[in-house]
Amino acid sequence: METNNKRFEPRIVGFLCNWCSYTGADLAGTSRMKSAPNLRIVRLMCSGRVDPSFILRAFQLGADGVLVGGCHPGDCHYQEGNYKALRRVLLLKRVLRQFGIDERRLRLEWISAAEGEKFAKVSNDFTEEVRALGPLALETSALETKTEGMETEEVAA
Amino acid sequence: MSKPKLALYWAASCGGCEVAVLDISEKILDVAAFFDIVFWPCAMDFKYKDVEAMADGSIDLCLFNGAIRNSENEALAHLLRRKAKVLVAFGSCAMDGCIPGLGNLTTREAILETSYQDTPSTVNPQKIRPMPEYAAPEGELDIPKLYESVRTLAQVVPVEYFIPGCPPQPTQILAVMSAIMQGAALPPAGSVIGAGEKTCCEECGRPRQEKHLKRLYRVWEIEPKPDECLLDQGIICMGPATRSGCGGLCVKANMPCRGCYGAAPNVIDQGVKMISALGSAIDAQEPAEIDAILDQIADPAGTFYRFSVPSSMLYRKQTSA
Repeated sequence: METNNKRFEPRIVGFLCNWCSYTGADLAGTSRMKSAPNLRIVRLMCSGRVDPSFILRAFQLGADGVLVGGCHPGDCHYQEGNYKALRRVLLLKRVLRQFGIDERRLRLEWISAAEGEKFAKVSNDFTEEVRALGPLALETSALETKTEGMETEEVAA
Repeated sequence: MSKPKLALYWAASCGGCEVAVLDISEKILDVAAFFDIVFWPCAMDFKYKDVEAMADGSIDLCLFNGAIRNSENEALAHLLRRKAKVLVAFGSCAMDGCIPGLGNLTTREAILETSYQDTPSTVNPQKIRPMPEYAAPEGELDIPKLYESVRTLAQVVPVEYFIPGCPPQPTQILAVMSAIMQGAALPPAGSVIGAGEKTCCEECGRPRQEKHLKRLYRVWEIEPKPDECLLDQGIICMGPATRSGCGGLCVKANMPCRGCYGAAPNVIDQGVKMISALGSAIDAQEPAEIDAILDQIADPAGTFYRFSVPSSMLYRKQTSA
């Protein structure tokens, strides 16, 4: 078994809406509930503000998982921002699959301002799930040059 | 005074960019008169060794079309970068990876398997694959090596300018060439030239409404109304995520924009911008209902990233994630 200090610690970025999920996270904190420190929270006004490019950028810059948190359906402070988030996440998951990225690395959760406990549970569960999936190191074009540079010189010579 | 030197090259491309250059019609004669064309494998007889013999930086302008997917493409990218003062990624393949770039949604092995074994018209019981090197009695022979991934020109060497389009429109090519021949000041390096600064929707002209999509259609499933936004009609049109500059050719022919002019200005990833737009436009709130609508998109990555898999944030299909 892995020991504690050798254990993979996933980096998780959480985009939480100001009105529900972030307040829920705040409640978890003020209630002194324990939750995994792996989640780095970015507060936005609404989950509908989460452009899918934010999610890809997080993955690109080294996140192993991304959590999007919004108000429960029907509760959005801006009427339907959370439904936009839902549709974008569902569509992005399909694209992630085609790009060979496990869709479980992207999670959408509805967490209300009163659900501190749910926030703590979600961040703990998600951390364990991503830990089990292992690190996500995106292959980049720079990698290609490194592995294939030799062939180039050979041809140019 | 000697004439400025011009080179044109094709890497992993279809030849459409070359045709587009010739599509500037009789103006090609002005280009040929103004420039000394020193390298253009598609149209004139030059050898790679001719380019190698030139002094570094001696080519004033190189229009490079095609993506980088094999060792020959890459060697020529480095060679022409060395020889050219101004290197232009010409066309969608060189700029974004384009159709060859869709190869990044699979693997090199799967591509070879399909090409040399699986296609119904292939008979290859000995499973013969192309050999990069072969020792013939007359001597050693070699062919370029196919890479795992397709890359854009700028992912291989530094590039001064980008001209988008599959292919770039002749009017845009002519505008760029005329500006250069008239001695116009060059824009800052890294600029996209020969294109617009808005989205394709700006050139479309069809009236748009608030979108409430309950059903998505592939082009053959519906006869689009000619005077209504195609996206409003449920046809996935890449207009909102795509740079203007083509003049709205496809939408004017009642076909949706496929996105060949690449990401709109200030958009870092064309496909994901379209995902964002479509997420807003679909009118459903229950996951099951949303999924039923999304099922109508046959190939999401291929639709949203038809021209830009290599230049996208994800670059390629991950093989170990």
